[in-house]
Amino acid sequence: MSEATRDPISAGDPLLQLRASPHLKAPDSTPKIMWNVVGSLIPVIAAATWYFGPSALLVIGAATLGAVLTERAFGTPGSLADGSAAITGILLGLCLPAGVPLWIAFIGGAFGIGFGKLVFGGLGQNVFNPALLGRAFLQAAFPAVMTTWPGSPGEIPSWSQLRGDNLAIPFASPSTDAVTGATPLGLMKFESTPTDVTRLMIGDISGSVGETAGVVILLCGIYLAARNYLNWRIPVSIFAAVALFSGILHLLDPARFASPLFALFSGGLMLGALYMATDMVTSPVTNAGAWIFGIGIGILVVVIRTWGGLPEGVMYAILLMNALVPFINRATQPRPYGSRGRRAGREAPA
Amino acid sequence: MRARLSFRHGVHPPEHKELTAGVAVRRMPYPDEIILPLRQHTGKPARLLVKVGDRVERGDKIAEADGFVSVPIHASSAGSVRDIGLWPHPDGSMAEAVRITVDRFSPQIPRPRIIPHWEGLTPDQIVKAVQRAGVVGLGGASFPTHVKLLPPDDVTVDTLVVNGAECEPYLTTDHRVMVEYPERVHHGIRIMLHTLGVSRAIIGVERNKPDAIEALDRTLPADLDVTVQGLTVKYPQGYEKMLIRALTRREVPPGKLPMHVGVIVQNVASLACIAEVFETGLPLLERVVTVTGPGLRKPSNLIVPVGSKIRDILGFCGGLADGATEIVFGGPMMGASQPDLDAPVIKSTTGIVVLTRAESRPRRTYPCIRCGHCLDACPVFLNPSLLGVLAQAGRYEEMEEADLATCMLCGCCSYVCPSNIPLSQMFALAKAGLQRRKQQAA
Repeated sequence: MSEATRDPISAGDPLLQLRASPHLKAPDSTPKIMWNVVGSLIPVIAAATWYFGPSALLVIGAATLGAVLTERAFGTPGSLADGSAAITGILLGLCLPAGVPLWIAFIGGAFGIGFGKLVFGGLGQNVFNPALLGRAFLQAAFPAVMTTWPGSPGEIPSWSQLRGDNLAIPFASPSTDAVTGATPLGLMKFESTPTDVTRLMIGDISGSVGETAGVVILLCGIYLAARNYLNWRIPVSIFAAVALFSGILHLLDPARFASPLFALFSGGLMLGALYMATDMVTSPVTNAGAWIFGIGIGILVVVIRTWGGLPEGVMYAILLMNALVPFINRATQPRPYGSRGRRAGREAPA
Repeated sequence: MRARLSFRHGVHPPEHKELTAGVAVRRMPYPDEIILPLRQHTGKPARLLVKVGDRVERGDKIAEADGFVSVPIHASSAGSVRDIGLWPHPDGSMAEAVRITVDRFSPQIPRPRIIPHWEGLTPDQIVKAVQRAGVVGLGGASFPTHVKLLPPDDVTVDTLVVNGAECEPYLTTDHRVMVEYPERVHHGIRIMLHTLGVSRAIIGVERNKPDAIEALDRTLPADLDVTVQGLTVKYPQGYEKMLIRALTRREVPPGKLPMHVGVIVQNVASLACIAEVFETGLPLLERVVTVTGPGLRKPSNLIVPVGSKIRDILGFCGGLADGATEIVFGGPMMGASQPDLDAPVIKSTTGIVVLTRAESRPRRTYPCIRCGHCLDACPVFLNPSLLGVLAQAGRYEEMEEADLATCMLCGCCSYVCPSNIPLSQMFALAKAGLQRRKQQAA
């Protein structure tokens, strides 16, 4: 084409677009956030596979398959591409014991998506974290399987050995030839035996598939926070509340109550605080609300762990606080520009 | 030492000002035809004075102010009135306009001194002269300037805030005015301070324009209390409310004007225009416009006669580049897409931005995931996430209770929303819907 000035078009030229302002758009999108979360979980999955062998991959895969197939079957067409179903499945798989039969992991994923998300209306509409709802369902339906922990990695003869009866036929009673162990929280609660914190941090312990490598989870969470894909106020307030509360208890009776570091790196706290509680849909929309939400979870975790019948309380703590999110949102609405004192004036008696 | 001055929240869109920031202002030759809509300002449209076939000289009044909140319209070129009727208006509607065929052989010599010198005039006479010159806010809001010069008796103004922030991406209109005509800006400030009886003026300029800050500092008048303040580069720093917050720490209550907190805000280009009007004795006939964007061959800063058509201006700037998809009047954050290339530049047109598919490609909308990014972006601390849900349900009255009126449609929420929900568009529709419902109820 010549450099000659081309007539800048006649009226109604098809190339002219009409759009509402703003005409520029930030590069982030909902699928980009979701797939970033999935990507950030890869090191966690790798650590899980390191400690729990092929069982880890099988359990995570089964849970993800259950979640994804349910989304595909009953969700909005095309909604798989937004990545949220994959997150639910992977997170559920990460918080199951490695020896859980695959069909149970699959049902958990399907329940989480079906009853935790789709019945509410799909993405953005659910009240409870779908992965945790799936886990809560499994805990209620299969309590024995859900509390059978494989031995810590050091007690397993070979890496490639399955950590339980993963391949059990549905509804048949699983064989019990696997090496079983106790989680650090169980040891602490029922036998008052603390576990070395260094082992907790690197994950060389018994527990759920992806909950043991505390430091790996923490680093992955920091990546997401740095990209503003999770609200850092939630994990920070959870950690602060847990550390403070358990620290006070530890000072009162060091033999009975674990140290704050133990509290932070044991059980599902790291995964829960960084990946479950920060689920955008089921956490408060305001920053003030995020602090309240996190502190509430932290306190509930310590309360359940200390005085409840269960050794671990992260799941119920988050689900309970999920239920309060609408109220937290309402109580922490931002104060609009220029309205200083107006609200107070309205509420003051005439 | 200058403090870091800004407001909370806001967004950082790519600036793209490099396309024209260093390009000196050029004068565009007169086009063949000038289109002058009678509505170029906030308030009542001007009242027509001419008829088809009339001969007009440059600077002749062709429509007069209809009331106090209104300004006259002047012929920006010598020529003859070809037609009077509906014509595409940059706001997207069809509006009554005067179509003038430019006299190609006219030397464009205006009638001598339509506006008197301001020295020796009383404030009231200056206000009248500014109205007679047809001056409106050139920053985009197009509010008649003389109205701001006459605050009611029950308010006390102590500060003139001069808006040189120019926070919209791409635009460099105010930037070039400050760099090339700093004395004129200061002269405008002098007239403004004299008329208002105010002693203090603060000029706020975003720090991405160091040459503008330097030029204004260099020409600072010794006898006036004028300071130049660098501002953090952030959108919407140039919004009246944000600028007042940054420079004076005051907040304008909802439904109130800046003058209620003792502040009058004027854009730098408007001030230069006031000075020019009194220096040349001519009314507002032309303005600086940034014509830019990735979809344009020769991005430029131009002085164009008011009423020049988009077609003629784009043609002068080398025409459209391949891939141009959208033509926006004003900045890309707040501006309006133009459906018709025959629409004219009016007094309030700050820029013409030609975007390409890279900026304007359609994006899929997802459900709100309550990420809260819109709350972190909203410069007036609303909850766009909640307002969006209410807007989708048509619950406009509840939106009103959630302070919809405070929303100034800056577009920050839409800009950051990862789900591409057109929040600010929904809020604009809700505002219009509320007004309609109220009119029906009345």
